[in-house]
Amino acid sequence: MKTPHVLLLAAGMAGASGWVQAQTMDPLQVRSMAASCANCHGTHGIAEAGNESLAGVNRDELLKKMLDFKTGKKPATIMHQLSKGYSDEQLAALASYFSALKK
Amino acid sequence: MMQRRQFVQSVGAAGALGAMGLVTGCASTPGGSGPKVVVVGGGYGGATTAKYVRMWSDYGIDVTLVEPNSAFISCPISNLVLGGSKTMADITTPYDNLVKRHGVRWVQDMAVRIDPDKRVVVLAKGGELPYDRLILSPGVDFMWDTLPGMATAAAKDKVLHGWKAGAQTVALRQQLEAMPDGGVYAMAIPLAPYRCPPGPYERACQVASYFSKAKPKSKVLILDANDDVTSKGPLFKKAWKDRYDGIIEYRPKHKVVDVDAATNTLKFEFNDDLKAAVLNVIPDMRAGDIAVKTGLATANKRWCEVDFLTFESFAVKNIHVLGDSIQIAPAMPKSGHMANQHGKTCAAAVVALLTGKQPNAMPIYNNACYSFVSAEDVVHVSSVHRYDAEKKTMLPVAGAGGVSSAANELEGRYAMAWARNIWADTLA
Repeated sequence: MKTPHVLLLAAGMAGASGWVQAQTMDPLQVRSMAASCANCHGTHGIAEAGNESLAGVNRDELLKKMLDFKTGKKPATIMHQLSKGYSDEQLAALASYFSALKK
Repeated sequence: MMQRRQFVQSVGAAGALGAMGLVTGCASTPGGSGPKVVVVGGGYGGATTAKYVRMWSDYGIDVTLVEPNSAFISCPISNLVLGGSKTMADITTPYDNLVKRHGVRWVQDMAVRIDPDKRVVVLAKGGELPYDRLILSPGVDFMWDTLPGMATAAAKDKVLHGWKAGAQTVALRQQLEAMPDGGVYAMAIPLAPYRCPPGPYERACQVASYFSKAKPKSKVLILDANDDVTSKGPLFKKAWKDRYDGIIEYRPKHKVVDVDAATNTLKFEFNDDLKAAVLNVIPDMRAGDIAVKTGLATANKRWCEVDFLTFESFAVKNIHVLGDSIQIAPAMPKSGHMANQHGKTCAAAVVALLTGKQPNAMPIYNNACYSFVSAEDVVHVSSVHRYDAEKKTMLPVAGAGGVSSAANELEGRYAMAWARNIWADTLA
């Protein structure tokens, strides 16, 4: 079950306000932030065998997953630690960025 | 000056057109009239920078990579070659894709001198490479003057460091294979900071893993100049006790001050001399020779201080230094993963600077470091680092990062996935 917190965010991101929020971040800054995920998830979000590709995935699902890692709702080996380093807005920008990449 | 400014402006316009896909331009041809970036060193830092400057300039900036080695050999995972579960081929990646896919011009040579006034790199085989922006990622070199007995080539051939993956990795594995059962392998660890903080402790596990199967009467003796294990301490100590009891012995506060290679003897600051069948001495390190020679090692004449927004040197304009050569920010490890992150941050900044834009004012990136405590089981340490505008450095984000709860096989698979992905991100 979703927590109210996640519900609120997921709803916000799906609506116009969420998009505005993500778009206020400098696109080049988001590109650099996303590139720092490439060490494990591949250049342009296309991963080598063994890790998940992020390119072209559903934006809301990816955001929910990262927020669930952050809150500890979804167990992980490392992502529960790394996701805590990013604000919810940054995670939303990352989800938007990766979802827009070609699979 | 006027000419230079006009030049940059025209490049900015070409870059913008290139971004819209309207221009393929002569700038993409090596030797063309576009801005020139030279990258010295094809490790995690340099190779990543070369690739990303090409990609993020829409292939408009000319990039030349100076790297003498014929292929990239990874330090991460190289301890598994010592342990016997991986081969040199497993940790080797060619430079072909940087050239073929990304149009990086690869010069297989050594940079011997830099002239910051003329803005040229002088090559060992002769010739000069002009640059608008120079990226130095030369890794570390060793402070041999702190170990007088290691001055000769014969001593260096016998007492190995194995801290630059390659010929030394192969030779050290051969020494371990040739050692009779019942022998002692003694590894000396320098005071931090050094390349790859958990690397020596992982190596101890790997050698012990090999001994436990092939020569169970043998011992691994860790002689650490530091007061305690410098990374993942409780996890390594647990692995040594649970898995390698009676094989691994850890002795902190053992600083090696000299080596007698002829008799395989270590001399310490405070402890008695120690002889072993195989010596593995990891010497003190500093920024790579070319960075030191160019006057960039401004921190204790050892490491290069840089602006963390651009990786531009504090000492010399238009030269960027990254990877293990830099004076690290607080809690930032000298790791391949981190060098790759430096490379992307630097690449974005260099593209911005060469096209008249502002570099990203708020870099944020992560570190993930996996250590194999056996052939299969792994422990990790992770962190997230964010630029602090007030302190003008990268700081770890409080509450983020951490270590594995225990060594496990799942993370062993993730560690290999990490390796495949970072090698591809750096080189393919």
